[in-house]
Amino acid sequence: MTAGLQIADLCVAHGPRQMVRLTADIAPGEVLTIMGPSGSGKSTLLAALTGTLDPAFQASGRITLNGREVTRLPTRQRRIGILFQDALLFPHLSVGGNLGFALPRGAPDRTARIDRALAEAGLAGFAPRDPATLSGGERARVALMRTLLADPEALLLDEPFSRLDAALRDQIRSFVLETARRHGLPVILVTHDGEDARAAGGSILSPMGAPVPAS
Amino acid sequence: MQRRDFGRLVLASVLVPTFARQAKAADWDAVLAAAKGQTVWWHAWGGDPKINDFIAWVGTLAAERHGVTLEHVKLASTADAVAAVLAEQQAGKTTGGSVDLIWINGENFAAMKANGLLYGPFAESLPNWPLVDMSGKPALVTDFTLPTMGYESPWAMAQLVFEYDSARLPAPPADLAALRDWVLANPGRFTYPQPPDYLGVTFLKQVLYGTIADPERLQAPVDAASYAADTAGLWALLDQMHPALWRSAQAFPASEPAMGQLLADAEVDIAFAFNPGRASAEIAAGNLPDTIRTFTLAGGTIGNASFLAIPFNSSVKEGAQVITDLVLSPEVQARAQDPAVLGFQTVLNLAALTAQDRARFDALDLGAATLPPDRLGPALLEPHASWSVKLAEDWQARYGVAR
Amino acid sequence: MTPAAPRPGPLRLVLGLTIAALAVPVLAGLWGTVTPALKPGALAALWDWPGLFPAARLSLVTGIGSTVVALAITLLILAGLRGTRAYAALIRLLSPLLSVPHAAAALGLAFLITPSGWIARALSPWATGWDTPPDLLLVNDPAGLALTFGLIAKEVPFLMLMALAALPQTDAARRITLAETLGYSRAMGFALTVLPALYRQLRLPVYAVLAYAMTTVDMAQILGPTLPPTLSVQITLWMTDPDLSGRPLAAAGALLQLALVIAALGFWRGAEVAARRTLRHLAEQGHRGAGLDRLAVALATLGAGTTTAALLAGLAGLALWSLAGLWPFPDILPEAYSLQTWTRAGPGVWQATAATAGLGLATALIALALVLGCLEAEQRFALRAGRTRLILWLPLLVPQIAFLPGLHALALATGTGGWAATLAAHLTFSLPYAFLSLAPAFRALDPRLAPLAASLGASPDRIFWTLRLPLLARPVLTAAAVAFAVSVGQYLPTLLMGGGRIETLTTEAVALSSGGNRRLIGAHALLQMALPALAFALATGLPALAFRRRRGMAP
Repeated sequence: MTAGLQIADLCVAHGPRQMVRLTADIAPGEVLTIMGPSGSGKSTLLAALTGTLDPAFQASGRITLNGREVTRLPTRQRRIGILFQDALLFPHLSVGGNLGFALPRGAPDRTARIDRALAEAGLAGFAPRDPATLSGGERARVALMRTLLADPEALLLDEPFSRLDAALRDQIRSFVLETARRHGLPVILVTHDGEDARAAGGSILSPMGAPVPAS
Repeated sequence: MQRRDFGRLVLASVLVPTFARQAKAADWDAVLAAAKGQTVWWHAWGGDPKINDFIAWVGTLAAERHGVTLEHVKLASTADAVAAVLAEQQAGKTTGGSVDLIWINGENFAAMKANGLLYGPFAESLPNWPLVDMSGKPALVTDFTLPTMGYESPWAMAQLVFEYDSARLPAPPADLAALRDWVLANPGRFTYPQPPDYLGVTFLKQVLYGTIADPERLQAPVDAASYAADTAGLWALLDQMHPALWRSAQAFPASEPAMGQLLADAEVDIAFAFNPGRASAEIAAGNLPDTIRTFTLAGGTIGNASFLAIPFNSSVKEGAQVITDLVLSPEVQARAQDPAVLGFQTVLNLAALTAQDRARFDALDLGAATLPPDRLGPALLEPHASWSVKLAEDWQARYGVAR
Repeated sequence: MTPAAPRPGPLRLVLGLTIAALAVPVLAGLWGTVTPALKPGALAALWDWPGLFPAARLSLVTGIGSTVVALAITLLILAGLRGTRAYAALIRLLSPLLSVPHAAAALGLAFLITPSGWIARALSPWATGWDTPPDLLLVNDPAGLALTFGLIAKEVPFLMLMALAALPQTDAARRITLAETLGYSRAMGFALTVLPALYRQLRLPVYAVLAYAMTTVDMAQILGPTLPPTLSVQITLWMTDPDLSGRPLAAAGALLQLALVIAALGFWRGAEVAARRTLRHLAEQGHRGAGLDRLAVALATLGAGTTTAALLAGLAGLALWSLAGLWPFPDILPEAYSLQTWTRAGPGVWQATAATAGLGLATALIALALVLGCLEAEQRFALRAGRTRLILWLPLLVPQIAFLPGLHALALATGTGGWAATLAAHLTFSLPYAFLSLAPAFRALDPRLAPLAASLGASPDRIFWTLRLPLLARPVLTAAAVAFAVSVGQYLPTLLMGGGRIETLTTEAVALSSGGNRRLIGAHALLQMALPALAFALATGLPALAFRRRRGMAP
């Protein structure tokens, strides 16, 4: 069994237009950065990986996660977590409720695990808070912890830092990347920001699989 | 052989009348027995709370005395019930119909009878039937000239009376010509419900009675040959009056209650109703000022009766007959005549009542706005139903589209 | 990458049921009604009716006129008053205004403007010198102005409700601000940047309003002209003609009515294209519309103020009548008061209330289940709305009077009268409104939420029950309240399908209004309003209570 996320000749086309053509092997704790201008197929790639591709696209290839082929599995069975540029906290639930949503059903010690996750994010005691009252940075951290509580085997980052201001950006970026590394997750970071790509460390490809220089 | 037959015949001729009476009583007992526990859906116009209350009261009596449950289906128009029975007949629903009893007369009765939608004859076998004043009130057995033949049973008498506010109009017009002169002298203060509304057509017929050369013609169906001449006076009078009517005849009230509201709002000075007791009842209810009085026209005004009929596909015909008979009882009739309740005129022959029952009627205070019977004037018979149809049609053609 | 196609299963059934609930009654009823119209002579008899052209013209003019003005007022309110205190007050009044039954609104208005009405009383005799009412043709005027005004007053709240549901998707505030920074007036900014997106959502509700305005019977009977009346009123008169000979004529009239509605919708579509071109031209030319704002605010205030005040004052007048003893002209208040009208309504009212609420609740629950099922199916299987959309509009676009009699005959022939059939008929009319009020919000929910939740391991069912439903609590409950209110308002379907044996507050109210008694109508209008008003209050109050600690859930 191979650990990590393997993408074997993943091709996505919309009619005659080829959007994605990618082969990659991302080991646990490693980051693959996908860079390209808007409309270059970055979100299409993410949709293919999460299994939410619109039926109008034609796709082929193979996605394997820790030796498990997930290519045809529905989203919820893939165990691939995703963070968007908005935190997308559920506004009707408390911070704790948002985290609880991600915990697998019947998981023991729910409250304790939620509290631990909050402590890990430096947000101890935030469980009863209304998400609408959090700052941007706090929201981003809650969103990451929510993703991690679902016990994912890989993490996708869809420009998750682009909405944050410069000071916060560095802080949150290193928090997310370090946490992902600590949890041993293969990460795909989609961005158009060279700064992000450099900070991530790993290799940088375009959605069509071409190497991109990190500058 | 022959002797025996002869003997039987003699026996029969002696026995039959008594036997028939007994059979009748026995039949009625059977009806009462079958009616017990039945629920009767009475379809009746629901636009007047006084009438609705009255029907509810009849329902309590029926439940107490005969174990019959009465449910009032309040209609916006009697035609809705006729249409329902017709639709059921066309759909082949010959039992369990939705209508068990229907308040009806005139065109609706003619239409139902012609289409075979009525059960009967039943009216003449009701125990209270002998009390009905058939000779004094011919309208009780002749509904718009159509003999009722026992297919409907009367429950109230009505006569056209005019209502006016004595505070604004001290001396009301005495006849049709005076009414016209008054309308012309007081523009905008008189109107009538828009035909084919029932009361509006009644007004046309009333004017026709006053303008036709030979009123006897009205008792026969419309004669195409003489129709134009018969109605020339009516249309001439309306042509003359219309510019001086309320809203210059560019709009008409929809119905009797709508016209009553105009009188209450002082938009008109003279209104009319198909109920001599309406004005008193409305004064008692606080809906009209107590200066309202009534009058009729010299030569008489149109009178008719309201009836109850039973559709052919009712499954509770016994219960419906029990209600019909109950409504004919002196107790119910006297209550209906009370202006504080309905102010409807009774269909009973007071002379045929027991002293005790007659006292119920004598005790009624008819109210200041109700004309005593001797001043009500003669009740003119309803013209043949074809007149209503033709007059309404012609009115539509002449005035139905404003120019 | 696409996962294996999910099995639609029970949701497909919901789609099928919804389509059946909408289309079967209308098409079957239409067939039953229209076949008599094709009998020889029926169309010719209709042609011979001298009132045909005036009646058809009235339907068209009052229908299109009231829809144009109501839409204009709605858009002016959105363009000119958003963010003001008057706007907030108007939003709060929306639910009660929507709950006013059409007939009651019409009667209230009639009492207000008629020469013996409240306005004249307020000015008499001191200002006018009138001791008796003047003979002025204000209500039932031949041009149908009173009817048009009544329709406008009743349609603005509905269009406002629909616009409010659609507005969040248009990003209105930011777009207008953007336009303002480019030197546009607010009104012009609204027209050029928000209106095109907004109208796309508002189009079908506007069509429904147009069809309703052209075919209404109860309002036209009270406020409309009578010489001749509008086509729909005349059809009803023919339909209820006791000698039954009017039936084919009524069927032919219903057919014409349908054709008129289709023609008016066609005309409207043409006008839409022209309006869109004009807007695009204005945008390309860079018309800033300086000075438009003051005009927009003035017109919006006038329009919203007049219609709202008229509805409320009319209603207050009726409420006062329900407590009035004698109330002669020109007294501005009753001479005497009495509780008689209310005590008379008595115990029967409770029974009718129970029947009304029961039918309404059942209708609302089923309608909600079907609508949610359809929308959820649309989301899960990425269905296109096109085909179902037309079916949805069928019951609103086909005049009631054109298919109810046929439907009644069908119910009788198959022996399916009574409660079930009544419920089905209520459902047919409630479903489209429930769908209309919920669909925009449902479709506008952030499309990333579902994949995000799925990536957290949530099943589609869990996403529906724990995310979509609570997030949409307010629009979901509002849709239920709308369905409930529509059910409460049904008269003809209840009367026909229930065989007259199902007595609701509305059948009571209409039967009593046929007497024109203002006291009774006042009492019943209030009773009839109470249930929908309660439903709307719950629809806004419950989510507000449940999410009082969640700022992100504020409306």
